[in-house]
Amino acid sequence: MNFELYAILPVLILVVWGCALLLLEAVSRDMARAVAGPGTLAAALVSGIGCICLWANPPGAQFGGMLLLDRFSLFFYALFALILAMTVLISGAYLRREESRHSEYYALLSFTVTGAMLMAGAGDMLVLFLGIELLSIPLYILAGFQRRKPESTEAALKYFLLGAFATGFLLYGIALVYGATGQLGLRAIADHLITNGITSEEPILMIGLIFLVVAFGFKVSVVPFHMWTPDVYQGAPTSITAFMAAAPKAAGLAVVLRVFVTAFPTEQEFVSAMVMVLAVLTMTVGNVLALVQDNIKRMLAYSSIAHVGYLLVAVVASNELGMRSILFYSVVYALMNIGAFGLVIMLGKKGESDLEMSSYAGVGFRFPLIGLAMTVFMFSLAGIPPTGGFFGKFYIFSAAVKAGYIPLAIIGVLNSALSLYFYLRVVVYTYMREPDSQDSVADTLTLSPGLITAVIIACLGTLYLGLQPGGLLGLTGEAIRALVS
Amino acid sequence: MSWLTEHLLSWIVFLPLIGAGLVLLIGRQNKAALRYTALGCSLLVFVVSLPLWFGFDETTAAMQFVELADWVPGLGISYHVGIDGISLLLVLLTTFMTPLTLLSTFSAVDKHLKEFMVVMLMLETGMLGAFMSLDLFLFYIFWEAMLIPMCFIIGIWGGPRRVYAAVKFFLYTLVGSLLMLVAILTMYFLQQQASGIPTFDMQTLMSTPVPGQMQMWLFLAFALSFAIKVPMFPFHTWLPDAHVEAPTAGSVILAAILLKLGTYGFIRFAMPFFPESSGLFTTLFASLAVIGIIYGALVAMVQKDIKKLVAYSSVSHLGYVMLGLFALTVQGVSGGIYQMLGHGLSTGGLFLIVGMLYERRHTRMIADFGGLAKQVPVFTTIFMIVTLSSIGLPGLNGFVGEILVLVGTFTSDSMNHAKAFTALAATGMVLGAVYMLWMFRRVMFGPLEREENKTIKDLGARELAVMIPILIFIVWMGVYPRPFLKKMDVSVAAFVERVKVTRAASAQMAAETGQSRDARSEQ
Repeated sequence: MNFELYAILPVLILVVWGCALLLLEAVSRDMARAVAGPGTLAAALVSGIGCICLWANPPGAQFGGMLLLDRFSLFFYALFALILAMTVLISGAYLRREESRHSEYYALLSFTVTGAMLMAGAGDMLVLFLGIELLSIPLYILAGFQRRKPESTEAALKYFLLGAFATGFLLYGIALVYGATGQLGLRAIADHLITNGITSEEPILMIGLIFLVVAFGFKVSVVPFHMWTPDVYQGAPTSITAFMAAAPKAAGLAVVLRVFVTAFPTEQEFVSAMVMVLAVLTMTVGNVLALVQDNIKRMLAYSSIAHVGYLLVAVVASNELGMRSILFYSVVYALMNIGAFGLVIMLGKKGESDLEMSSYAGVGFRFPLIGLAMTVFMFSLAGIPPTGGFFGKFYIFSAAVKAGYIPLAIIGVLNSALSLYFYLRVVVYTYMREPDSQDSVADTLTLSPGLITAVIIACLGTLYLGLQPGGLLGLTGEAIRALVS
Repeated sequence: MSWLTEHLLSWIVFLPLIGAGLVLLIGRQNKAALRYTALGCSLLVFVVSLPLWFGFDETTAAMQFVELADWVPGLGISYHVGIDGISLLLVLLTTFMTPLTLLSTFSAVDKHLKEFMVVMLMLETGMLGAFMSLDLFLFYIFWEAMLIPMCFIIGIWGGPRRVYAAVKFFLYTLVGSLLMLVAILTMYFLQQQASGIPTFDMQTLMSTPVPGQMQMWLFLAFALSFAIKVPMFPFHTWLPDAHVEAPTAGSVILAAILLKLGTYGFIRFAMPFFPESSGLFTTLFASLAVIGIIYGALVAMVQKDIKKLVAYSSVSHLGYVMLGLFALTVQGVSGGIYQMLGHGLSTGGLFLIVGMLYERRHTRMIADFGGLAKQVPVFTTIFMIVTLSSIGLPGLNGFVGEILVLVGTFTSDSMNHAKAFTALAATGMVLGAVYMLWMFRRVMFGPLEREENKTIKDLGARELAVMIPILIFIVWMGVYPRPFLKKMDVSVAAFVERVKVTRAASAQMAAETGQSRDARSEQ
């Protein structure tokens, strides 16, 4: 057992910071509140820089293969660090407005990101399980962070109950796979399956695989396991919703790729067939239900379900281009989604009673820059060029076409056209409708330097990836090469 | 000057975008500065585009003024622009019509002026880019990105049902173009399989070997996307809504340029990429074109709203273009392209005139007018000339295009029942005269009864400045079409040649395999 501590620096720094913050809170509440935001931001940045430093020379398998710190993991680590930093930036102003500035918020965020990182780097089913739990439990608390608000509490309870249910499936799946192979390490499972010629025709393994898909499906809210998503997204604090739409989904997809590519390379067809049905359902149901939403948070919740559907199309394709497109899309999605939620925070009032789309009437001309940013995010979510969202979808659908799933690609693009309708509705309200009454738009915006910075980064990033996607695409290629080798 | 001449096309495409940036910097209150900056910028684009006309080599069908740079090299996406005789004329039409349109908005648009100028200039970039792209991916980006400004123009500055019209316009076009995207991707991977090199380059993809059945589907995907844009019957229903609700400037750009992108798509992509499949569907498309010609004319005849009448007349006129293209004779295709230019000028002009009427009376209903001729003689004369051009009176530009299309279709050897189609299409010319002249008579002649119409003012200097350049071209292109036809001749001949030769080759191959199969069955 030899390992280098520096190899897990990106993870370690967040755990240490989270614990330190909790201790500090016990000593001096004021000081903890003062340093919580900036400190978490700094920790996220250090963690991100750590990933960049490790990129040139990735440490590889550590802790006896429990953690795989290859470029695939590092790519996601950096993405999670970015998401954490952006979430911290948009949280400050929101928490101040909603009067729930507790430093635990930031500690829990740090822990949940640690969980996401463990998931992406897991080389063993047990680490994977630990990662998922470490990701989920702080998120249950964060969803209910505004404990005096009934919706928030309801969201937390729902999320917890269904999440616990999913955990059950996951454990059962792991147990069955263990029963079939006697192994927990991902590579060991693959070796065992290949040497003994076990396939999914073996009932234990088949049921195990199905349970794993169901469990991951719950975590990334795949239809028909998506029921919790809209309520939780609507009830949770908006900054947490932004985080939940970005980080756990990316982590879930990283795990899907890692587990099915590394542990079950021979079962690709079986998994693809299963995921294909889920992909079509997820895209279609997500988009159709989003059509009729009037509440912007709820609309974005259904839209996030639909986006998972697009990502599953790439999982079905399961070629190199498909995996690269998942990585690319996760980054773009994180940017545009956090940006959009950032704007929701900016335009919201205390208590968030005014999140109907109609309250955005006329915003585009009253606050031109906010209108512009909103347009960029909505068109990017809809996949209209020249935005990163377009390139992301373009890669996904090209992966599907390349793998010969042309009908699936057609269903995907038609869904994408459908989705334009509700994204366009937001734009229609911002620019094309006159406000009904004077007070429909917040008279004072919720602003802070952090929030503005986050939105600007998200906006410029979305546009940059739409005009110059080559750089990120190259990185995804290197990450995927580490995964499949 | 080499920085200018070597990247001439890029300057033309991106100057409007730079102009949009400049407009953004000007204060919201300074309306005159906003207007003149936008106008000046679009005029500059026009001036910069003139060297294309003079420097164009008419003796070759090859792409000219080509620029090529890597964009996403890993996927074979490049920034590749260039023009041939066909796109040259459409690029010039765009750079010509945009400043006139902007000038016409000086009195019409006052609300959110700054945003208006910005999206108009962005729209110009999108249109020019789409006409010049030689990389399918680049084309697709411009093709879709252009929807955003147009949607805003309709949705923000339009009429009472503007939001409905804007969303309908966007969704209709998007569905078609997304299916085209899948088709583009399929071709891309087929090409990659065949040659091992990923590329979206148009000229390389043209030689992609596509298996028979697949070719048909790909053609249909491309054709659907372009047919929606043209719009061909029965995909035209977005057009009347968009035109009626759009502000004048939006209607002008939509009719004069945006619709041309659909027909241009057929010439540039759908037909040369899939010659055999486009051959298989010739009868279908010719029928739809003729139905469009007659249906559009008949529906135009019963309209009460002048703008809607002009909108349906577009459906009819673009039917001629499609008929000419599918006739696949040099006259037919040249006529189709000429009709594209002619329609751009005359229908663009008509929409401008409708806008001027609307600014004076705030109504577009035919019944609200009557007897204006006595009151506004100059306006009447100009309206008359544009109307006659739209009808296709000999001596004006509309005639040349229509007669070439009809001659080209009549002599077509690749279209079944070509003579019947020609005869039916010719009735469209008669119907066109009926609805246009009827409308003109009811608006301009007769007794001047309504009080409001008695105080109507004749055209001002600015309005004359908008209309006179259009009139000059209407007459010039009608009397002396030679210079315009000469620009496109070689490119058109090459297009016809390419489609015909490929069709013949594949027909021969089919015949040979049929023979060998016969021979085998005999054994």
